[in-house]
Amino acid sequence: MGVHIKVLGPGCYNCQTLESLVRDAVQTLGIDATVEEVTDYAAIASYGVMRTPALVIDDTVFLSGRVPNRDEVRRIIEGLGR
Amino acid sequence: MSVTERTAGRVALRHWGWIAAAAVAWVGLFVANEWVWDRLVFDVLGLEGRLGAAVHFFLFDTGKILLLLTAVVFAAAVLRSFVSPERTRALLGGRRQGLGNLAAAGLGVATPFCSCSAVPLFIGFVAAGVPLGITMSFLIASPMVNEVAVVLLWGTFGWRVAMAYMGFGLVIAVVAGLVIGRLGLERWVEPFVYEVKAVSVAEGARPSWAERSSMGRAEVRSIVGRVWPFLVIAIAVGAVIHGWVPEDFFVRYAGPSNPFAVPIAVLLGIPLYSNAAGVIPLIEALAAKGLALGTVLAFAMAVVALSLPEMILLRRVLRPRLLGTFIGVVGVGIVAAGYLFNAIF
Repeated sequence: MGVHIKVLGPGCYNCQTLESLVRDAVQTLGIDATVEEVTDYAAIASYGVMRTPALVIDDTVFLSGRVPNRDEVRRIIEGLGR
Repeated sequence: MSVTERTAGRVALRHWGWIAAAAVAWVGLFVANEWVWDRLVFDVLGLEGRLGAAVHFFLFDTGKILLLLTAVVFAAAVLRSFVSPERTRALLGGRRQGLGNLAAAGLGVATPFCSCSAVPLFIGFVAAGVPLGITMSFLIASPMVNEVAVVLLWGTFGWRVAMAYMGFGLVIAVVAGLVIGRLGLERWVEPFVYEVKAVSVAEGARPSWAERSSMGRAEVRSIVGRVWPFLVIAIAVGAVIHGWVPEDFFVRYAGPSNPFAVPIAVLLGIPLYSNAAGVIPLIEALAAKGLALGTVLAFAMAVVALSLPEMILLRRVLRPRLLGTFIGVVGVGIVAAGYLFNAIF
């Protein structure tokens, strides 16, 4: 079964950047995953995230409050395949 | 010493070497900035009068502000890697009114966030039991008294103005938070905020110095890369004002003799949205045209602390009555600060 990746953020510039980085990494690495945007504030807060954008994979917060670079995103996504 | 330790040492050394080289280059550019433009605009191109003044203002200010911005954003990102909102929230959790508001305003300065994080921060704080007034002190101080504003004011108006701005900003944040706390407006927060279960996220591993500095570089790329077009436009508008707007134009309508200049400036500032980097070059030109300093600083505070887009975001968690109180209290504070500023400087 594929992993469930969520990008948390109200739709700001940084959130869109993170989302496109994640989609890009999932596609190039060929990982079986769904990528979903979470823009609802109550839902964002329910993960305990206070700074957006945040990256949540299978309900675990991997990072929040910053946009990682391409390599870091790739490393995180790559780790899921194993 | 093992091989990995030695490699790590070499990497750290090279890393500090780069930082030192960058610092030297920065100082060199900063010193050269005025000299180069003086020679180019006045001697080489032979521009005079209004055009010369405007072109020189534009080139000199663009160079100066971009350099200052780069240094400050880098330093602030490195410092920020020591402060997380989770830790801030834990520090503010059990605080009483008064001292708690002061701590919140101070931490607001040290914990900058992008405006799209204002709402998640608000929910995170209130849901974890931080009092509403204290949360408000934090939310007001953070965008208004940030490192970019203070350093740019220092660079354009001198350290006394920068310190006074910082002091007034903190006082506004503390007093506005106290007033909102006293009014007991908790029921005007959207109810879903209280239903959110406060989850605390475990803090990650402490970053190394190399990681902190790479965060700094990433931040410079992201922020300077994003704001420079706005900055250049603001400086260009400033240059036009500098060169072509007649000396008495603003003074006639909003000069020191007009008692309503400060509130008018604040009302004009609210619908505008910009960060400190965009608004300070503009007020520099306005002040050079004889507008009172307090008036232009009140305008700048209104632009950064009470912007329409941020109010629309905050409306998601604050009911209209609380949002209105927030705008009113902060607006009155800024007007008061503007008058005081004009009285002092």
